[in-house]
Amino acid sequence: MNIALAHTNKKNRFQKRKWLPYLLVSPYIIFVAVFVLFPVIFSFILTFHKWNIIAPMKFIGVDNYTRLFQDRLFWISILNTLKFLLLHIPLQLAVALFLAVLLNQKIKAVSFFRASFFMPVIVSGVVVTILWQQLLGYDSGIINRLVTAMGISKVGWLVNPDVAIYSIAVMATWKNVGLYIILFLVGLQTVPTQYYEAAKLEGATKWQQFYHITLPMINPTIFMVVILSTIGGFSLFIEPYIMTGGGPLNKTLSAVLYIYKQAFQYYNMGYSATLGFFYAFMIMLVVVIQKRVIEKEV
Amino acid sequence: MKRKFSAVNFFMYAALTVAALSFIYPFIWMIGASLSPEHEIGKMTLFPKNPTLNNFKSMFEKIPIGRSLFNSLFVAIISTSLVMITGSMVGYALAKMKFRGRQLIFFVIVFTMSLPFQVTLIPNYITMVNLRWVDTFLALIVPFSVNAFAILMFRQAFQGLPQALIDAARLDGCNELQIVFRILWPNIKPTLVTIAILTFIGCWNEVLWPLIVIRDEKLMTMPQLVTLFSVGGRADSQLGVKIAAAVLLALPVMIAFLFLQKHFIQSMASTGMKD
Repeated sequence: MNIALAHTNKKNRFQKRKWLPYLLVSPYIIFVAVFVLFPVIFSFILTFHKWNIIAPMKFIGVDNYTRLFQDRLFWISILNTLKFLLLHIPLQLAVALFLAVLLNQKIKAVSFFRASFFMPVIVSGVVVTILWQQLLGYDSGIINRLVTAMGISKVGWLVNPDVAIYSIAVMATWKNVGLYIILFLVGLQTVPTQYYEAAKLEGATKWQQFYHITLPMINPTIFMVVILSTIGGFSLFIEPYIMTGGGPLNKTLSAVLYIYKQAFQYYNMGYSATLGFFYAFMIMLVVVIQKRVIEKEV
Repeated sequence: MKRKFSAVNFFMYAALTVAALSFIYPFIWMIGASLSPEHEIGKMTLFPKNPTLNNFKSMFEKIPIGRSLFNSLFVAIISTSLVMITGSMVGYALAKMKFRGRQLIFFVIVFTMSLPFQVTLIPNYITMVNLRWVDTFLALIVPFSVNAFAILMFRQAFQGLPQALIDAARLDGCNELQIVFRILWPNIKPTLVTIAILTFIGCWNEVLWPLIVIRDEKLMTMPQLVTLFSVGGRADSQLGVKIAAAVLLALPVMIAFLFLQKHFIQSMASTGMKD
């Protein structure tokens, strides 16, 4: 009997063990069900409805999708976001790589420089935006003062419709570049020093060393930086929200800002969900293409 | 051995110094401007001639900024603690236990990390409405209480620990939660610091979600309150007050950064190490 008891005990314990991992992962499962799976499905259903939250949902077929393709403002917002990325990504890559290479030399006060480049990364985007609004001011902004001191006429950094989105791109670069400097530094330190020594013996110049050794070796970091800043750039929101409200002439209206406005200013929940769905699909497509191109090159 | 001072060296230091100035100058100017009377701010000088605390005074009169500081701290601390607890539970199961569906869960985690938040934004808001969580801290905490990135980091850290550690603890009669929090946690301190810093900063700086789910000024987080303050007419187009609000929002993080610089930088660098 003792043996039988021991056996059932063991079986009980075994069954308890079997449940245990599921118990431990249950917070994630509940989380995903409530905050990811349900929203994705619900969002998809919403895209076929007209809904302002208060009145009941109304099925309207694919009207939201046809509206999306005819919505000039949405495409303008996409175009603005792409313009932003077009300057933001290369600028971020170039500045980050340049400063990281400098920091990687045998330099004094590395930690001071690193810390100062990193400061904007940790500070809220709200702070950075309020700050740059002043720096970019037309009359008294420090940047226009520097510009006039060099003998060039003032630039409407935030009021000129053709310039504003690029000003925001420069500001976003200023805010994030510290992180990418650190990522590049990590990458640069993985390059074996023997490579440079060998190159020196062969008589390669510093530039040749950089081009033929450093760049190929840090390729993975470069691609990571491109993908991270693409994803980050596509979610551009708070900067135009505070700085320009999307103006002048909707030229800084980012896609996320437009989606936000459709939902929480005009209460077009169904349409906004459609925009969100479409936009997310677009982002994933861009990232997949980037990854493909990258994998081919490596 | 002394290094030669060369033109290249000079250029390097010059470039770095110019760059460092362009990163530091705005912050110093901001602090100076927040202490300046309104008419002096336009001059863009670094140090105010007639320093005053009026900007801070009128800010405290106009908006419940002290309250929002408390709200932000409360929300960020609770969310961070929850992320650490749920993250290590799930990460532990994924790293050290064999069960059916483990691969599937891992795959789902990686997939959800690459899912743009724009898809889930509106339905999540509606969930908050249906749960009647709008204008409560629950709306700010619960959706941020589990974090896929934290789970993956915990999983990786636990995988690096020897199984013998766990077996010995089991023999000593520890249950699984005791194993995770008493035995394993002390062995992964750097990971704990990293996850804590990243989660805390992420929560502290989050502004889109609070803008959506919090309407009651008393419950607003600091970035949200400062945003609404500077976008709406509440600052009465007084620059000084707006900048004072920005200073107050930046200060806690900047002070923490000055003390924990190394940890901050290492933590942030690990965000890029996903693959």
